[in-house]
Amino acid sequence: MTENKTILVFGETTGGRLSPSTYELLGAGRSLAKASGHELAAVLIGSELQPAAQEAVSLGVDLVYRVENSSLKDYSAELYLAALEKAVIHTGPEIVLLSQTAAGKDLAPGLAFRFNTSAAMDCTALEIDPASRRLLMTRPVYGGNAQAVQVCSTNPQIAALRRKSFVPASPESSRQGKVVQIDYAFSPEDCKTRLVEHRVEPATGVKLEDARVVVAGGRGIGSAEGFKQLEELAGILNGAVGATRPPCDRGWIADTRQIGLTGKIVSPDLYLAIGISGASQHLSGFSGAKMVVAINKDPEANIFRAAHYGIKGDWKIVAPLLSAALKKAVNKT
Amino acid sequence: MKNIMVCMKQVLDPEAPLSLFKIDAAAKQAVLPKATPPVLSPFDENALEAALKIKDTQPATVSVISLGKKLVRTVVKAPLAAGADQLFLLEDEIFSDFDSCLTAASLAAAIRKIGAFDLILCGIQAADTNAGQVGTGIACLLGIPCITCARKVELNGDRIRVEKIMPDGFDVIDSALPAVVTTSYEAGTLREPGVEAFMSANKKPLTVWNAQQIGMDKSRSGPAAFLKMEQTAHNIKCEMLEGAGPAEQTLQLVGKMKDAGVF
Ligand SMILES: Cc1cc2nc3c(=O)[nH]c(=O)nc-3n(C[C@H](O)[C@H](O)[C@H](O)COP(=O)(O)OP(=O)(O)OC[C@H]3O[C@@H](n4cnc5c(N)ncnc54)[C@H](O)[C@@H]3O)c2cc1C
Ligand SMILES: Nc1ncnc2c1ncn2[C@@H]1O[C@H](COP(=O)(O)O)[C@@H](O)[C@H]1O
Repeated sequence: MTENKTILVFGETTGGRLSPSTYELLGAGRSLAKASGHELAAVLIGSELQPAAQEAVSLGVDLVYRVENSSLKDYSAELYLAALEKAVIHTGPEIVLLSQTAAGKDLAPGLAFRFNTSAAMDCTALEIDPASRRLLMTRPVYGGNAQAVQVCSTNPQIAALRRKSFVPASPESSRQGKVVQIDYAFSPEDCKTRLVEHRVEPATGVKLEDARVVVAGGRGIGSAEGFKQLEELAGILNGAVGATRPPCDRGWIADTRQIGLTGKIVSPDLYLAIGISGASQHLSGFSGAKMVVAINKDPEANIFRAAHYGIKGDWKIVAPLLSAALKKAVNKT
Repeated sequence: MKNIMVCMKQVLDPEAPLSLFKIDAAAKQAVLPKATPPVLSPFDENALEAALKIKDTQPATVSVISLGKKLVRTVVKAPLAAGADQLFLLEDEIFSDFDSCLTAASLAAAIRKIGAFDLILCGIQAADTNAGQVGTGIACLLGIPCITCARKVELNGDRIRVEKIMPDGFDVIDSALPAVVTTSYEAGTLREPGVEAFMSANKKPLTVWNAQQIGMDKSRSGPAAFLKMEQTAHNIKCEMLEGAGPAEQTLQLVGKMKDAGVF
């Protein structure tokens, strides 16, 4: 083992705290560091990062780099990539881990091309190969129809980690680590891109990604009206409504509700898939769900191969019965 | 006159029946099924639509570039019927579907060779690689900005305004040109060409270059490789609730939910 080999994690913050995806990155980073004997470092980019830096130390990071500047307050692919590149040059890591988030999807490939390599995107498992000591990165290809194990022969090896596929790190306040500031001089005037505004689309009810119960509807639901019925069903279990691509495409429900490879990743206790055929691109979105139930009128539908329980039938008949039965049962408990 | 380049990849039809999908474990890629022809990657069609929407409002030349080992002419020529002005095919044995480095370098080289460019559009990710790297790579190699995951692209003079999808809504981003923008399905479904369009498509310019003609060789391949590739296993055993009629089945289901601690 040579000294100073580093795994560098790109940490993201929300409201001054490390984001849940960063907890997962640090969980993965810690177990890789253990397996490889590498040091675990993290880089945070933004403004007022000291509390988040301390949080990272409590999660087991040996060395936290802060790249701080008031113009880094809002995310900008251009500025963040420049800052991250600087941190990578500064630390010379063997491995860089990012999340498959809006930022990670920009920065992982951006960083890769700056170092003449390509990143492994949307990884669901990581492992150090005992023989070659290289990072084995498992990720879906062909829309989730297949899984590939990718290796990269040069450093840094860059991986973007799928949400909810890695066990989050847990904090211990007694942990010690160093926090270092990296100077970053740039003038926003040099930037070619500029954030004009960030618009938040109104969202009501339980957040899809955090919901313990997700009721998802597909093309079989047939209308926006149908999705109202799913809202009611979800409401009984304090759950959230999600969807496949076609309902979003047709405007029956907001685009932000799409679940799958190109949508949100959820891992609820219960995933209720209604009028959904079970395309791989959709199945990728809830592989962590504890219990999957499918309602579909086609007994051959692929969704039944990804479900624990199934009802073959027309949802227009089944869903109202289910709502009524659930209301009764929930009131009793 | 603005020059818009759209990068469109020929891929295995991602919506083909699962039963036709097979992996060649030795080659570490999917077996090309005879029954289903390839298609252009769906998000790349959204990119073309975004380009055509711009061309609807102002004078613009839309050039489509496709790169592959072997490109099926009927598939890759479809953009000409939809309204693109010219087509560039980069075809060579050295190309590989999963080599993001060589692909991005080759596309960037072709774009340079074609000449002036203002806007380059790509899909957010190809349906086979699921990566979302090549657009960013082209931008990096050309030294221009990249804005990913756009649902709307407006071109005004020498700047663009992009609505970039974010988890809770969207960012409005203003950028100098040239720039790369990647689009998702929210950018709009590709228009259906009319019969006349199919006729005139054959008269539009089509250029074919091999790797050497754009100054590329194997040395531009990236350091990433696959150790193995396997078909995804779905081996959950599904218990079909077989009660007498839907009312009884839903009661059975509620019982299962309760046992699992859902409520
Ligand atoms: C690159 C790429 C990325 C993609 N990313 C995603 C993604 O992230 N998320 C996603 O969801 N999709 C994604 N897709 C689309 C995906 O391939 C499928 O097309 C989509 O998931 C199908 O949605 P569906 O199951 O609702 O529709 P369909 O496949 O049309 O299935 C509808 C189902 O409803 C059933 N049904 C109809 N009526 C009733 C009724 N009355 N009662 C009960 N059942 C009924 C039918 O039997 C059928 O099984 C992507 C595609 C591509 C190419
Ligand atoms: N072989 C190719 N030919 C044309 N465009 C491509 C090719 N490969 C990738 N692209 C473009 O780059 C985008 C992202 O590809 P990827 O990084 O493989 O997910 C695609 O949606 C296309 O717009």
